[in-house]
Amino acid sequence: MTDRSKKYMNPYLAGFLLGLVMLAAFYFTREGLGASGAFKSFVVAVVKTVAPTHAENSEFYSSYLASHSSFFSSRLVLMLIGVLAGGFISGTIMGRLKLKVEHSPKITSKKRIVMAIIGGFLFGLGAQFARGCTSGAALTGMANLSAAGYLTMIFIFGTGYIVAYFFRKNWI
Amino acid sequence: MGPLTETGILNHEGGLLMAFIIGIFFGFVLEQAGFSSSRKLAGVFYGYDFVVLRVFFTAAVTGMIGLYLMGYFGLIDLNLIWVNELFTAPAIVGGIIMGVGFIIGGFCPGTSMCGVAIGKIDAMAFVGGIILGVFFFAEAYPLFADFVNSGSKGSLKLSDVFGISDGLLIFLVTVIALIAFIVTDKIQNKVKKVEY
Repeated sequence: MTDRSKKYMNPYLAGFLLGLVMLAAFYFTREGLGASGAFKSFVVAVVKTVAPTHAENSEFYSSYLASHSSFFSSRLVLMLIGVLAGGFISGTIMGRLKLKVEHSPKITSKKRIVMAIIGGFLFGLGAQFARGCTSGAALTGMANLSAAGYLTMIFIFGTGYIVAYFFRKNWI
Repeated sequence: MGPLTETGILNHEGGLLMAFIIGIFFGFVLEQAGFSSSRKLAGVFYGYDFVVLRVFFTAAVTGMIGLYLMGYFGLIDLNLIWVNELFTAPAIVGGIIMGVGFIIGGFCPGTSMCGVAIGKIDAMAFVGGIILGVFFFAEAYPLFADFVNSGSKGSLKLSDVFGISDGLLIFLVTVIALIAFIVTDKIQNKVKKVEY
């Protein structure tokens, strides 16, 4: 019997469908796909709620608040909530819902968690410099021929290949 | 004619609803492709699973050709779609930082949310890390502001950088993607399988 939870969609079909989803995003809302923008919106909303005076006095938060919709009125936030729902639906259908830490047998769960936090930290930081992540800068940028998108995409993956050797024990 | 939120056909609330629905499909397809697993994603960097490259490039090529055709047939006004502004040095530095983050963390922001959706605790840690990273940037913004806003080239298109037509650029990127599919297929057959 084959294990359904290990079965994935054909990657070229998935890529084609992802491309169609991106086209729908452009057709309806102009932005294409994005993920990191929602995290930025979240951080700004939390700081504004917890420390309103600090948010007012900081150039970063105050200019963001002046030029962006509030948290639940942001399309990128709604999109990321949708991603969570869509991933959950797919995981349910495929029988993949399970609380677990996924890691190589060569490292401990604890190490995997620490590495995940550091990696997330760097991704969150880098996305601020590049004005988007793999979704908003690289993928969407490739589709709309943005020079910034191609440049960021090449440096994300190029750097990945250069540093992969030093972290190989975490993965293989 | 699209984009519907820009041409006034869809109001703000309609745009929010569509963004949510598009997000559901986005997350569904990512999870179906296996992007909820960090070890599957990391395979692209070690040669044991090129699913990231296949999905990513197929989506980019589909989106690129699709947008071009939609513009050609008058379904969408390409002047109204968002094109990320180019700030050369920040785009490079951001890419490098994200590349290191990808290898260390095994996810990117969108895929980590997919991992969270199916219960991956490492993905939840990654999401926590993203929030800390954005918070760090926000608090240290005065240190980064000059650099982050330096060297703006506006919403520059790659075709204009090379001085070629959009159509030719799309053709060239498509050819490069096809070559990458064939080459990585051969590499994957030679690399030792990794169980995960």
